[in-house]
Amino acid sequence: MMRMAQPELHDLAAAYALNALDPEDRWTFERHLDTCEECREEVASLREGAAQLAYAQEGPAPRPELRDRILRAAREERPPEVVPFRRWLFPVTAVAAVAASFAAIGLGLWANSLRDDESGQRVVAVNGAPGQLIVSGDQAKLVVCFDEAPANKTYEAWVIDGKTPRPAGLFAGGCRTVTLTHPVQDGSTVAVTLEDEGGAETPHGDILASAGV
Amino acid sequence: MSEYALALAPVLGRRRLTQRSDEELLEAIASGDHDALGALYDRFGRVAYGLAFRVLRDQQLAEDAVQEAFLAVWRSAEGYRRERAKAATWVLTLVHRRAVDLVRREDRRRGDPLDDAPEAGGPTVDEEADLRDKRTAVQAALAQLPPDQRQALELAYYGGFTQSELAERLGVPLGTVKSRMFAGLARLRELVPET
Repeated sequence: MMRMAQPELHDLAAAYALNALDPEDRWTFERHLDTCEECREEVASLREGAAQLAYAQEGPAPRPELRDRILRAAREERPPEVVPFRRWLFPVTAVAAVAASFAAIGLGLWANSLRDDESGQRVVAVNGAPGQLIVSGDQAKLVVCFDEAPANKTYEAWVIDGKTPRPAGLFAGGCRTVTLTHPVQDGSTVAVTLEDEGGAETPHGDILASAGV
Repeated sequence: MSEYALALAPVLGRRRLTQRSDEELLEAIASGDHDALGALYDRFGRVAYGLAFRVLRDQQLAEDAVQEAFLAVWRSAEGYRRERAKAATWVLTLVHRRAVDLVRREDRRRGDPLDDAPEAGGPTVDEEADLRDKRTAVQAALAQLPPDQRQALELAYYGGFTQSELAERLGVPLGTVKSRMFAGLARLRELVPET
């Protein structure tokens, strides 16, 4: 049996494998997973057990139409839209919704609770991914859900004032709160791209999500 | 797609989709092969829908969950790594996550078993037999778990309850729920024979 360094986090592995963590715990645990190879192995191993449970039920068969529906939807999906860097300077209204369908539910509730907790802050919807930008003075927190980043890649947040994108923090996939490391002001745009591990000083990836301050 | 898969692609292309492993199908899907997505659905659609229906108890919602999960497969197959997870586990984890996300949003959770299993479209006889065997094996494994472990797994996995909701519902400390889930999953993994 694999062990984790921190017993309290270790405790979360089984619930995570069962998709039974509360949103805050899921976030905490996914952040821990980013840095703990042993934990990833443990989750992978527990998930093999969890997936067995899918077979134990005796549910009805799907209607034959479902197969066609899925294949049609897949055919109609455009490949992720490539947004050239120059188009950053314009408001992004229709961004490729690659990650849009993931894990937004718990997050919605969670972001709402944040909104209730603190006063004097603004909550702005994020385009392109499920999530919200929470602005308080010149500080901003991005609460978003993304798919797991591909190997050797990381998500990077940017604050764009005028024409210049500034790095504002790296983060991994899953649902999480990202406190931006660069201040925002009225008129700033916050955007997210996928970059090589370690992040970049200027964005190379397409804009996956954005929000206007 | 990995270099390995790219190198094999011309060879695999000559093989019928039905002869490919689950992992090979996912790699073909990562390269944009719609037929491979269809073949993957043919393999997992039945169990995926059964699972989604078990969690959601509603035909429309179950269909939505399965569709969203297979589209997530379509979009993110490139991120699949066979050394990290079996393809079946990867696909079923996505289906399960969609189903519990939906059931929590709709607040339709219930912990009791399905009363009946209405039949809809038919799988092939072979698929039916394979699934039945697998179901029997997993049910036998579940039956060997201590009842409290089994209950925790079933309420979490099929009921869509989070661990803290489970603790409240069962009237036990959170730590107890955690250790039941952990022990149950670890044991289940040992009990079910590899297929």
